[in-house]
Amino acid sequence: MTTLSPPSPAAEDLGLQDRPPASAIVADALAIAHRNLIALVRTPTTLVFSTIQPIIFVLLFRYVFGGAIQAPPGMSYVDYLMPGVFVQTVTFGSVNTGVGLATDLQTGIIERFRSLPMARSAVLAGRTLADVVRNLFVIILMVAMGFLVGFRIHAGVIPFIGAVLLMLGFGFAMSWIMALIGLSAGNAEAAQAGAFPFMALLVFASNAFVPTNRMPRLLRAYADHQPVSAVNSAVRALAGGGATTRPVLVALAWMTGITVVFAALAVGRYRRTA
Amino acid sequence: MSVAPMSVAPMNAGPAIVVEGLVKRFGDVVAVAGVDFTVPTGTVLGLLGPNGAGKTTIVRMLTTILRPDEGRASVLGLDVVRRPHAVRSVIGLAGQYAAVDEALTGRENLRMIGHLTHQPGPTIHQRADELLERFGLSAAADRPVRTYSGGMRRRLDLSAALVHRPRVLFLDEPTTGLDPPGRSDLWALIGELVADGTTLLLTTQYLEEADRLSDNIIVIDGGRIVASGSASQLKSRLGTTVVEVRFPDAAAAQTASTQLAPIGAVEVLDDRRTISVTVADAGPAVLEVVRQLDSTGLFPESIIVREPTLDDVFLQLTGHKAETGEPVPPPGAKAASGKRSARRERGAA
Repeated sequence: MTTLSPPSPAAEDLGLQDRPPASAIVADALAIAHRNLIALVRTPTTLVFSTIQPIIFVLLFRYVFGGAIQAPPGMSYVDYLMPGVFVQTVTFGSVNTGVGLATDLQTGIIERFRSLPMARSAVLAGRTLADVVRNLFVIILMVAMGFLVGFRIHAGVIPFIGAVLLMLGFGFAMSWIMALIGLSAGNAEAAQAGAFPFMALLVFASNAFVPTNRMPRLLRAYADHQPVSAVNSAVRALAGGGATTRPVLVALAWMTGITVVFAALAVGRYRRTA
Repeated sequence: MSVAPMSVAPMNAGPAIVVEGLVKRFGDVVAVAGVDFTVPTGTVLGLLGPNGAGKTTIVRMLTTILRPDEGRASVLGLDVVRRPHAVRSVIGLAGQYAAVDEALTGRENLRMIGHLTHQPGPTIHQRADELLERFGLSAAADRPVRTYSGGMRRRLDLSAALVHRPRVLFLDEPTTGLDPPGRSDLWALIGELVADGTTLLLTTQYLEEADRLSDNIIVIDGGRIVASGSASQLKSRLGTTVVEVRFPDAAAAQTASTQLAPIGAVEVLDDRRTISVTVADAGPAVLEVVRQLDSTGLFPESIIVREPTLDDVFLQLTGHKAETGEPVPPPGAKAASGKRSARRERGAA
């Protein structure tokens, strides 16, 4: 708009840049991610609480309800259940992103970041990256829990690593949805409350715990065509064997779409949040 | 590379901050209603005003956090709207709500800022240690900030603003919420910075603070400048002492208020039987008050001599009491409203 105005002589003298160097985009995101991971390690209670709920789900569904649930033919219920629990864990875990950002807004540290000559993208990118690391830790914990209750990998280690990567990617995608909610909520409690109904609808009205074939027609149509179910199916295929191409592609399409749309929305929201 | 030019900076560069016709609205509320001022390089400007006057909004526009609706502002010749990134590399901001990471240690906080301002790797640790030492935080450097006292947090917040050696520093109510010893500690530190030649814009609700630290003071109310000048200029306009005289009844107070008018600005307080006289010099004024009362045979119940409060200043400048009520509460506003009411009570006592 103002390209005609000459650059300020003072700035020329100082050799000041009008944007951060390209290397800063990665470096700043890593600096923020590092900060968030330190906070995570210093407050282990949050991590413990976020794994208690899925552990209770494993015990409930494996030993209380599991006997009454019909797994698809050729699959034991525990092998059906555990991928659902893994995906549930990363999905609920993404609430952490929103709560973290809302807290940062509340304490004013984002105000400080905005006054620094750093890459603008770093606050959001650093937070979501840190949450990927956090998710990796939680997934490893839940896989170990799975082995304790009888879960087994049938398709080999390499596809299962693929499944873990897929879940990390999905957690990253969900983090952007939560980033948008966290930035809009303004405080941690509101972010948490705002996220829950949405998360519950995605996780429970899915094929995570029970196959969808005995659900009412309308519910089944929803449950068969939503992202959490898609990722569940892909992880089951990668862990338990069977055709993997189609479910993996569907899951990848979902997570790419969610990331693109919600990262754009969250970044826009961040720019406007003062 | 980009760190070295500090010494190259021209010292005759003229004003460090130029503000012209700055306006900011939040919905229907006009937070800043057309403000103009300049801050010469190497000087300290105090923005004095009550909560909601628009001080923080001005600082947020100058530090590129908020975009002005009208007018323009520049820092070291850099337009805050057109060249925000360049502005950010020459400024430091320490806010009202000590914005440091609670989970990190003091040292980690400063190193993080060093990384985020792209300081050369080897100097990041050195700079953090240097600042911790200077601000008396070395002993607590490796403790998480959540274990720090209020005064320690403020000192860390201030040092975080200095990591990249900014040439223009913004301090938004740096001592709000601190106890008197904490406040004078921070004043001493700020005084040292200013002696080093840093240009400083400081907002405050405390007359004493503005007086102590600033070369020039701007008094703002309702988003507008209502007075400006050096501390001594303002003082001679405002008076430096308030003599409060209480009478047994309203009639006596009424008579006395006309009787004492030649001594200073007289006001009848809400209880109708106390009057306040704002004067330049306490000693002679008290004697004169007593003499006048003696000559008319009015007997006061009590005479109190006190420093003027912000309310007194505003009453004189604007003819109304200082409004409290932030149009748009900034982050962490809950804490602020508590502080605010505590202050009001003190002012009223």
